[in-house]
Amino acid sequence: MAFDQLLFYGFASVAVLGGLLVIGQRNPIYSVLAIIVSFFGLSGLYILLEAPFVAVVQIIIYAGAIMVLFLFVVMLLNVPREDAAEWDRTHPFYRPWPMRIGGVLAAAMIVQLIWAFSRTAGLVQGVGDQRPAVSAVSELGRKLFTDYMFAFEVTSILIIIAMVGAVVLARKREF
Amino acid sequence: MAGLIDWLTTPQTIFVLGVTMLIFLALQISAAVMVYAERKVAAFMQQRYGPYLVGPKGLLQPVADIVKLIFKEELKPKAADTLLFSAAPIISAIAAFTAFAPVPIGPATTLGGWLPEPMSPVIADINVAVLVIFAVTSMGVYGIVLAGWASNSKYALLGGLRSSAQMISYELAYGMALATIVMLAGSLSLREIVDNQAGYWFGVIPRWHIFAMFPTGLIAFLIFGTAGVAETNRAPFDFPEAEQELVAGYHTEYSSMRFALFFLAEYINMVTVAAVVTNLFLGGWHGPLLPESWGIVWFLVKLSVLCFIYLWLRWTLPRLRYDQLMAFGWKLLLPAATVNLLVSAAGVLYFGL
Amino acid sequence: MSIGHYLVLSGILFTIGAAGVFLRRNLITLLLSVEIMLNAVNLAFVAFGRQFGTVDGQIITFFVMTVAAAEAAVGLALVIALFRHRESLNPEAFTSLKW
Repeated sequence: MAFDQLLFYGFASVAVLGGLLVIGQRNPIYSVLAIIVSFFGLSGLYILLEAPFVAVVQIIIYAGAIMVLFLFVVMLLNVPREDAAEWDRTHPFYRPWPMRIGGVLAAAMIVQLIWAFSRTAGLVQGVGDQRPAVSAVSELGRKLFTDYMFAFEVTSILIIIAMVGAVVLARKREF
Repeated sequence: MAGLIDWLTTPQTIFVLGVTMLIFLALQISAAVMVYAERKVAAFMQQRYGPYLVGPKGLLQPVADIVKLIFKEELKPKAADTLLFSAAPIISAIAAFTAFAPVPIGPATTLGGWLPEPMSPVIADINVAVLVIFAVTSMGVYGIVLAGWASNSKYALLGGLRSSAQMISYELAYGMALATIVMLAGSLSLREIVDNQAGYWFGVIPRWHIFAMFPTGLIAFLIFGTAGVAETNRAPFDFPEAEQELVAGYHTEYSSMRFALFFLAEYINMVTVAAVVTNLFLGGWHGPLLPESWGIVWFLVKLSVLCFIYLWLRWTLPRLRYDQLMAFGWKLLLPAATVNLLVSAAGVLYFGL
Repeated sequence: MSIGHYLVLSGILFTIGAAGVFLRRNLITLLLSVEIMLNAVNLAFVAFGRQFGTVDGQIITFFVMTVAAAEAAVGLALVIALFRHRESLNPEAFTSLKW
């Protein structure tokens, strides 16, 4: 197997495994740590897709800031581990109808995916074999400040609204 | 398989592996040297002798410290979360070492013609190096916050939360000052930023970024230096680990090797921030008298001066109280960094750099 | 690796996130599953951007990350406010508006 393929499957399995651990853990702190591991896998995939800026910004913003916020909230609220009895009772494997409907839907999706893949011829070439990659940060900045200027400015207003909103919502009410 | 062996024995690979081993060992030795230097500098500033019994002039004191730390008993609180308790110092140490990976320590060299093309002595020559250092420093926050949580103790948790809140607050000013330099140099790669600082203005003033676009370069240096000191939780920003206030903050419950890892991580973070400041602001390996290929000597000289300033700050300035610290970071440093960025952007646009 | 590989991976991650949103009884894990879904979408964007040789995929990713940050902040503030009210993070505890 070529080194590229090995890297892809490695990072992909890290990302998927992290995701599965997030939804399968009882302790919310372990969930947050698992999603951080998943983000590292995704970051590796971005580097394989020749997008180094997005890869690093993913770590800085997602894994380095947003998840710290999550961790703070979990520690502040002292969220306990979910109760084992409650967990077993509400686990989807013990509920018959959700399992049946979910199984049917999953089978339908797999059949559809196999059908779709068998019909598309253009999927055997490597991603981006036809055109060269644009990975320079300067190119990103140029596009960001010319074509996507409006979105950029609106995003900054959005962040201010979110900041003010978060402070107001989490404030202690004086009744 | 044969292709792998071929690749492993090319001169470039051997060079990179050699540089990696060299930097890894040098970082650990520098941590030991910093321990000794801290105690001696502190002592001389307080008009007393530091350690002078162990070895000539106390030079073997760090060895004694390390041996003591290794032989201490490994304690773990009973209610502590085992996995996180052991993982937190490991995360801190990994982040500390990895942050030094994109930092070049000398000029691009061919090692006397052995290498086919000149290679920079850096573990990973990434073209977004500055951002990678920032990213890995953000990861270091996790070691501290998890240590505070996993110890299951009030002092540790408070210390951990305060320390990580401080670190992420000062990351903003850190990033803005970084953005100023990136704009002046026009590249995110540390090697190119240092290459931009070669040469002299009027033959006398070196083209370092600290003197560039005066005074925005100087202000960026001060902001970055202050934010860097706050990032590494060193005085005067070390309230979360102050001995008098919070017992020992997030590493209260740690002993022996785990504490040694935190200790190591702190000193290596200091050295990394000093190295990054050297490369970004003080011209890296460019210096007046020596020929260009001996640049690593100038790098080490500048690094040492910056580490001394770190120690000087600790033993001269009083500690900032936590709310003063946060107010300073958010209300003074961040607006100053933003205005500095705007002014330097205007300057770059006007002077057409 | 063809574009199909990246898209299937994005689909798998999105499904994992959706499963988390439906199945978990903890508000924090719910928000984390939403973040997984957003990341899956980011991956699809970057893969398509690479396929067509443009940088637009990466720019959209940038905006998605910013919006995800804002949404996480507000979501967590809501979680704090709810927790203060009911001392529970189970979404089934907040049923007083149900009829």
